[in-house]
Amino acid sequence: MSVLLCLAGKEIRDGIRNRWIAATIVVLAALALSLALLGSAPVGAVKASTLSITVASLSSLSVYLIPLIALMLSYDALVGEFERGTMQLLLTYPVARWQVILGKFLGHVAILVVAIVVGYGAAGLVVALRGGADSEGWRAFLFLMGSSALLGAVFIGLGYLLSAVVRERATAAGLAVALWLGLVVLYDLAVLGVLIADQGRIVTQTMVSILMAVNPTDLYRVFNLTSFDGVAATAGMLGVEGGLGPVLSLVVLGGWVAAPVGATIVIFQRREL
Amino acid sequence: MSGIASPIIVLRAVSKRYGTKEVLHGVDLGIDAGECVALIGHNGAGKTTLLKLLLGLTRPSDGAVRVEGQDPVSARSVAARRGIGYLPESVAFHDAMTGREVLRFYARLKGEPLGACADLLARVGLAEAETRRVGTYSKGMRQRLGLAQALLGEPRLLFLDEPTTGLDPSLRRQFYELIQDVRSRGATVLLSSHALGEIEGSSNRMAIMKEGRLVAYGTLDELRRAAKLPVRIRVAVQPGMAASIAHDIGAKVNLLRVNDTMVDLTCVAGDKMDVVRQIASLGRPVTDVDIVPPNLDEVYAHFVGDGRPL
Repeated sequence: MSVLLCLAGKEIRDGIRNRWIAATIVVLAALALSLALLGSAPVGAVKASTLSITVASLSSLSVYLIPLIALMLSYDALVGEFERGTMQLLLTYPVARWQVILGKFLGHVAILVVAIVVGYGAAGLVVALRGGADSEGWRAFLFLMGSSALLGAVFIGLGYLLSAVVRERATAAGLAVALWLGLVVLYDLAVLGVLIADQGRIVTQTMVSILMAVNPTDLYRVFNLTSFDGVAATAGMLGVEGGLGPVLSLVVLGGWVAAPVGATIVIFQRREL
Repeated sequence: MSGIASPIIVLRAVSKRYGTKEVLHGVDLGIDAGECVALIGHNGAGKTTLLKLLLGLTRPSDGAVRVEGQDPVSARSVAARRGIGYLPESVAFHDAMTGREVLRFYARLKGEPLGACADLLARVGLAEAETRRVGTYSKGMRQRLGLAQALLGEPRLLFLDEPTTGLDPSLRRQFYELIQDVRSRGATVLLSSHALGEIEGSSNRMAIMKEGRLVAYGTLDELRRAAKLPVRIRVAVQPGMAASIAHDIGAKVNLLRVNDTMVDLTCVAGDKMDVVRQIASLGRPVTDVDIVPPNLDEVYAHFVGDGRPL
């Protein structure tokens, strides 16, 4: 356990030293605050608190930003140390290889959680101070922060997997961009394209649900936009059925965390240095 | 073999291939506890690969590796690595950390008290630089920090890959003093080096490698005998006596050079005593005798067989 904490602590200290944590907090806080302040205008006839509206808009943007931050944090976690030669020395210490992966993972997730809690939390507090929060809005906001951390953990794990299979940092960076573009942008466009081309002839509602449940970013989006009525009303998702439901969504997202991290450990165990 | 300690390091018929390239070929080696063994060979002879096998960083393609009775890649040997120190060739650290942070990080991983770090940094001469970022360190300073981390926790086993490259002569001497300290505690040291002159005094056994094979292993005396290299003898004589002395020394020698006051000759190691007795019997005209056994450079060149200097 102390080995895991030591390895995680080193990643956190690195994050503090190179201003990664500070920069991420600033970006997330700026994004959340601007959405919270600007987003309070067009409430119109919809009966929802400002905080619920903020959750709706913030989750739509987080789905792009959180994976990007997570991949930037993780893509060179292993290949960077292979290249520098620091991994070789680390593995001659009484540290098992799975501990190296899990320790780094704990550290990187902690960095992301701090950035999300402080960055988004600041925006939540501002909204609350201006009287725009109700209890449902707060719950939706907490769920947003929790699921954002989970989404970040998914992409940290995916970043490790890239980092474990490539030989050069530059390759990992390229693959990370491709992965981000594929899962966050192109996937939805492709699904949409298929639906339009198909015109409801072959592709059923169930198939679309499955396609949405397979991609962690869609799971995250649907989870945040449908779990609370206030948010759903704002997003035009009220009464939308066919998602996995909150609990199952979180379980599948958890699987999306475990699978790449597990695969990374298996690959790393076999790697020769 | 009861009563005799079994070797702490054993390699049996170890081969290692990367793809189709064979970097180690059928290496058999046993190292007893408390020894200081030098691995010598050209670049690419397989020294670093051999060390990596012993550290469990890579696994053999054939054969078996045992360190303290365990396979170094097994999960069980993870805990045993507490007793192992390693200084890699061209050691790398996280440049943004200070020397002290680096050493404390590794001390935590080894479960060593952090209090020992300051003392260790002082021992390698980094006490003043400990709060500077490692990125600003010179090659020699990094090497010393590398040595400091290798010495954490008083290791039973010390693996050093080209430890003195980048160190100036006085640091080299300091370095070998540190190694001597470690050995006097009973630790086993395995180091690879190019600097044959340094090794001669500090290691008790040499393992000579060539193209992935272990071509010779033993003490310098054993290697000299096995190499059957000639012994050089220089006889100083009274002026004008050289020619007659050279004639009188006899048939067992090979005369290299004869001038007015000096006879340089070589003889096979087995004849050395006969030749010396003969010289001693020549009486007053002989004023001095120097006997020079073949040095490690010559022994190495003999086994590697291409005469190429390191």
